[in-house]
Amino acid sequence: MSASSIFVILVSAIFVNNFVLSRFLGICPFLGVSRKVETSFGMGMAVTFVMTMASIITFLAQRFILESLGIEYMQTIVFILVIASLVQLVEMVIQKTSPTLYQSLGVYLPLITTNCAVLGLTILNIQNQYNLIETIFHAIGAAIGFTLAIVLFAAIRERLELADLPLEFKGFPIALITAGLMSLAFMGFIGLV
Amino acid sequence: MKLTNIFSRGLVMDNPVFVQALGMCPILAVTNTAFNSLGMGMATTSVLLGSNIVISLLRKSIPAKIRIPCFIVVIATFVTMVGMILEAYFPDLNQSLGIFVPLIVVNCLILGRAESFASKNSLVGSVTDAIGMGLGFTGALVVLGMVRETFGFGSLFDMQLFGEAFEPMALMAMPPGAFLALGILMAAFNKIVYAKLK
Repeated sequence: MSASSIFVILVSAIFVNNFVLSRFLGICPFLGVSRKVETSFGMGMAVTFVMTMASIITFLAQRFILESLGIEYMQTIVFILVIASLVQLVEMVIQKTSPTLYQSLGVYLPLITTNCAVLGLTILNIQNQYNLIETIFHAIGAAIGFTLAIVLFAAIRERLELADLPLEFKGFPIALITAGLMSLAFMGFIGLV
Repeated sequence: MKLTNIFSRGLVMDNPVFVQALGMCPILAVTNTAFNSLGMGMATTSVLLGSNIVISLLRKSIPAKIRIPCFIVVIATFVTMVGMILEAYFPDLNQSLGIFVPLIVVNCLILGRAESFASKNSLVGSVTDAIGMGLGFTGALVVLGMVRETFGFGSLFDMQLFGEAFEPMALMAMPPGAFLALGILMAAFNKIVYAKLK
């Protein structure tokens, strides 16, 4: 367990295996929420918090509940419940402590429950057999990668709104093609790690 | 609404992939070959069918306030069952779908149908809805998988289509190809549907 292995985990989660553009996790908010840079950034921050907390809790749940009882097949059900209650908790805490942030995030908060990047991350942590510290850094890397992709994409989409497009390509089709070109650009990072 | 309408709506007019763009993650991630697409489509359809049946039967006893967590537990149960069946009988398919089998839980299509249809309609309607939506999803996945496999590997359902001279377009088998192919297919679907409406 050295500093360099943590660095490798971070860089590969942000750039090489970017959750959105090369692992295809979290596409729904990526396409749905990314119309404005500001809301994308807020979404990214909320996801960062949920991802980090969910990774820690599911790691502990896997180690001390599922494995010690020998019921690993309950993984999917337990993890999604952890994430759902965590999102609920985050929502209540933000509502109490910072009403302004709560207002700006609005409907995006409950949507994090069905963001497959969060559930995907927790399952990948277990599959890769990370320890607790690696799990935390993997979560942070994944969250930064998600935020980076969604903010960059929002910036492009703000311009696309004004572009003159054939009727058939308006909306989702052109967004997907743009995402494809971004994904192609991110493939340039493959040799990095 | 008539049953035939409920059924055909999922297949074409409200197609979950081309029109509603629901459940994008598995659509993009596992469609590099037609066979994987078919497997993913069938797995999702079975979960959708199971969850629609149970939620439709329980719709009067689930309290409105905590309905979403209830739906998710029902869906997660069926996903776990489908995951076990895949692991036992189709280990190769399970291997290539990988993490996207447990991720069927968070497929917005399934929760969306539970919330907007099964929790408000009778058993027969919900079953029809699940089959229509499921087949619409599977069909779209298989079309995308066939396009990507033809270009990316030069084969279709693992049968070689072209001679030795064919140089596969590796891009189509990789992540960018998924986005590009789906974008173009969606535009084509829009073109056909718009033409019909006019």
